[in-house]
Amino acid sequence: MSILVDKSTKVICQGFTGNQGTFHSEQAIEYGTQMVGGVTPGKGGQMHLSLPIFNTVREAVKATKADASVIYVPAPFCKDSIIEAIDAGIRLVVCITEGVPVLDMLDVKYYIKDKAVQVIGPNCPGVITPGACKIGIMPGNIHLPGKVGIVSRSGTLTYEAVKQTTEVGLGQSTCVGIGGDPIPGTSFVDVLALFEEDPQTEMIVMVGEIGGTGEEEAAAYIKKHVKKPVISYIAGVTAPAGKRMGHAGAIIAGGKGTAVEKYKALEDAGVRTVRSPVDIGKVALEVMKK
Amino acid sequence: MNLHEYQAKQVLAQFDLPVPKGVVANTVEQALSAVNTLQGNNWVVKAQVHAGGRGKAGGVKVVKTKAELEEIARKLLHTRLVTYQTKANGQPINQLLVEETCEIDRELYVGVVIDRSAQKVVVMASSEGGVEIEKVANATPEKILKCVVDPLLGVMPYQGRDLAIALQFNDMQTKQFIKIAMGLYKMFIECDLSLIEINPLVLTKQGNLICLDAKINIDDNALYRQPSLREMRDTSQEDERELLARKWELNYIPLEGDIGCMVNGAGLAMATMDLIKLHGGDPANFLDVGGGATADRVREAFKIILSDSHVKAVLVNIFGGIVRCDLIAEGIIKAVAEVGIKVPIVVRLEGNHASEASEMLDKSGLNIIAARSLNEAAEQVVKTARGSK
Repeated sequence: MSILVDKSTKVICQGFTGNQGTFHSEQAIEYGTQMVGGVTPGKGGQMHLSLPIFNTVREAVKATKADASVIYVPAPFCKDSIIEAIDAGIRLVVCITEGVPVLDMLDVKYYIKDKAVQVIGPNCPGVITPGACKIGIMPGNIHLPGKVGIVSRSGTLTYEAVKQTTEVGLGQSTCVGIGGDPIPGTSFVDVLALFEEDPQTEMIVMVGEIGGTGEEEAAAYIKKHVKKPVISYIAGVTAPAGKRMGHAGAIIAGGKGTAVEKYKALEDAGVRTVRSPVDIGKVALEVMKK
Repeated sequence: MNLHEYQAKQVLAQFDLPVPKGVVANTVEQALSAVNTLQGNNWVVKAQVHAGGRGKAGGVKVVKTKAELEEIARKLLHTRLVTYQTKANGQPINQLLVEETCEIDRELYVGVVIDRSAQKVVVMASSEGGVEIEKVANATPEKILKCVVDPLLGVMPYQGRDLAIALQFNDMQTKQFIKIAMGLYKMFIECDLSLIEINPLVLTKQGNLICLDAKINIDDNALYRQPSLREMRDTSQEDERELLARKWELNYIPLEGDIGCMVNGAGLAMATMDLIKLHGGDPANFLDVGGGATADRVREAFKIILSDSHVKAVLVNIFGGIVRCDLIAEGIIKAVAEVGIKVPIVVRLEGNHASEASEMLDKSGLNIIAARSLNEAAEQVVKTARGSK
């Protein structure tokens, strides 16, 4: 078992024939992901990477029975692409693109409120169940099928956590990058709930960063609902207030959203916190041995 | 992106929101002729810089005569204003806003923000205007009133009325306030804003509400569809290195320390800074070279990092992922040779072909130390920076 994606997941790519879509679809196919086609309006009927191209997501779903979509279209078109995927019945929408206007994501969040769909991202590395299905831009080779569920707001920092849990031999059940934007489609809490229910996941690594209250909300949720051990690292202890640290969502505003506050909330919830980003694997192993 | 006060007020006026009558002046002469179109027998002169705390820093003055106005205008224009929010050398004053004054009865606050946990737009109001709203929020959170806006409906009149009643307005002011709350929300959505703060919103002795000061932030990701706002960008208010970095699609933020950092990925960049601190060092900057760490961008990133004379050593931390590390190493070697870097550089490369990359760096003959792990890299760079003190 795993969460969100497995060997049976059928994936289409929106923005299939662009540079990013092409490169990462090739990588996904090589990894063993069941890529079943792609969508590029105006190129329907043609083939790309030996897969069919469709004009619309609806056509793609009808022809391929795809249940997941990965989006690489430019930021101005992401809202439309996400909604199109949802309306076509896609159950998992992963938006990799960075730079989506925050009001677009507010609309998306409002639209999906009562729908059985998971939107992940934008501005995220994607989702991977090692050895089964890779949707996104993460390097497949650092992953190892295993026990640790990883959820993170950052891309390369996720890879760091993955590499370390691979090196100590624990491996990962599923890794979810929820993205660095202020309004992510999927929150820490959403992913924690899935990991808690997943038999393969024996422990959870949560990688947070400054800005917003997602980590505090996760802490409150963990305290009430999560029985599995959780370890957490929060980036940005040294980040100055009022400056956006690369990610649109990583900003200490009005004195709120500091790493110190987040660490405290997590520790109060019984989470084992890690102060150095190089100790994630070591601490994970320690906690697992207990 | 931030706007100047005068620009923010222009936008407010476009949405029929009440602002004082004022004129922007680029020169002393313009400031003097401004008063010919303004009413009243005194005026307020306000330095236009992207920073708060202008009043206390002497950037806002009430003047009663043209002579006083001339004196203040000469004193402020083309100097730099240092406030508690600016760097030590302050922000350049290239423009003044000369406005009509009003008699103030009460100072209040109204703002619009995105509430990240509610995932909705929220209108906030407070009876405690004219002071830092964060301080009010910390000391007396009950004095911050909020209304969560449904995206389908916008601000409903009753929500404005609720706030107005709590702010103890009379009937006429309540009507004015509802219009302001609804107008601010409309402006927030139509202009893709991430923040509006009207602080203070004043109640005049004549009983009217006026937006006396205004702070507006625009969502950078939405600038592509806000051409008129995009044109209002005043780059003279921005850090030169941050500007240059943006040109190369690099995310750079200067800090106080002496260890330059170049990292791919924002989260990893923050984590690298934290790790330097854990080893007893101080990062000189945040720099995310982004996903495509090409030789050109690495070179420009080095130039920007080294334009800070405090930098004694540089840590390069790249998690190559899909990109091959030997190609990145090649980029680094080329960049270091081209820019003629004097300070030692510690490089940690992770990912495909990492060992070939380390070998290339070791053999380059340049002052580059290839570290085997992130921890070792941080340790090394702190030691190196200390050694050169």
